[in-house]
Amino acid sequence: MTEKEANQPVKMVTSEEIKNQPKTMEEQMQQKQKQQEQQQYAALAKEKNPPRPIFLNCIKAFIVGGLICVFGEFLRQMFINYFGFPVKEAANPTVAVLIIISITLTGLGLYDKIAQFAGAGTAVPITGFANSMSSAAIEHRTEGLVLGTGCNMFKLAGSVIVFGVVSAFFVALIKYFLMGGNL
Amino acid sequence: MDMTTFIWAFIVGGAICVIGQLLLDVLKLTPAHTMCVLVVAGAILGGFGIYDQLVELAGAGASVPISSFGNSLLKGALEEIEVHGLIGVITGIFSMTSAGISAAIIFSFIGALIFKPRN
Repeated sequence: MTEKEANQPVKMVTSEEIKNQPKTMEEQMQQKQKQQEQQQYAALAKEKNPPRPIFLNCIKAFIVGGLICVFGEFLRQMFINYFGFPVKEAANPTVAVLIIISITLTGLGLYDKIAQFAGAGTAVPITGFANSMSSAAIEHRTEGLVLGTGCNMFKLAGSVIVFGVVSAFFVALIKYFLMGGNL
Repeated sequence: MDMTTFIWAFIVGGAICVIGQLLLDVLKLTPAHTMCVLVVAGAILGGFGIYDQLVELAGAGASVPISSFGNSLLKGALEEIEVHGLIGVITGIFSMTSAGISAAIIFSFIGALIFKPRN
């Protein structure tokens, strides 16, 4: 009963609106004015919107990003000291392990929660790259393995690979010709 | 274990993330643009040999952020150039980043099979 009572005034308004459908010129003018007012309000709201807490965001990004790198360094030392990887190549298995952890956390829905807090602190490390791929792969799974997972996996990561490869290509060419082939 | 590399890893890794956060907040770039800027910056710094010095100092602090992806692509290309000449740019560009890309593809695919989408 109470719900019906609460709904009644709303219904009244809508039915009135329907009655007023055939508009006179005056009403149209009024509506235009209303729209203008709304636009002005939107502009004002944009202006008065509180600025992003940039300093706080940077501190969060620094701490979380730094901790991810410290954990990576721990893995790297482990691969050097216990698995006999040469120092120069130890970054590869480190990255692979971080990616596996990141994808597991993404699948469990935990990575997004950390990312909401840390911002770039979780987006910039390689774990963010893996998160973007796996979240797209999981999200679009319902559209099929080929059209969903396969086509969408590189949605964000693809641009990173494209710009990385193209820039590395040109830097390598420039270096090659500047050094006269002696790198 | 030497503790100084851990401290440098924290400082350098954190600093690169702060640069990313500033690109997001101050320049209002999208996350995709931010990551692309960092990757290109990594490749250019790699061209001057600066990024390798950073990796030597900070270890994973420099090799875990996405900027190292650009540096690794470049290093792979340069190493193949030394062996096979100019064509090495094409044949070698992915040689050092194989671990990252293949791990991300393989485990993302497996993840898509195992996990259910949220919300």
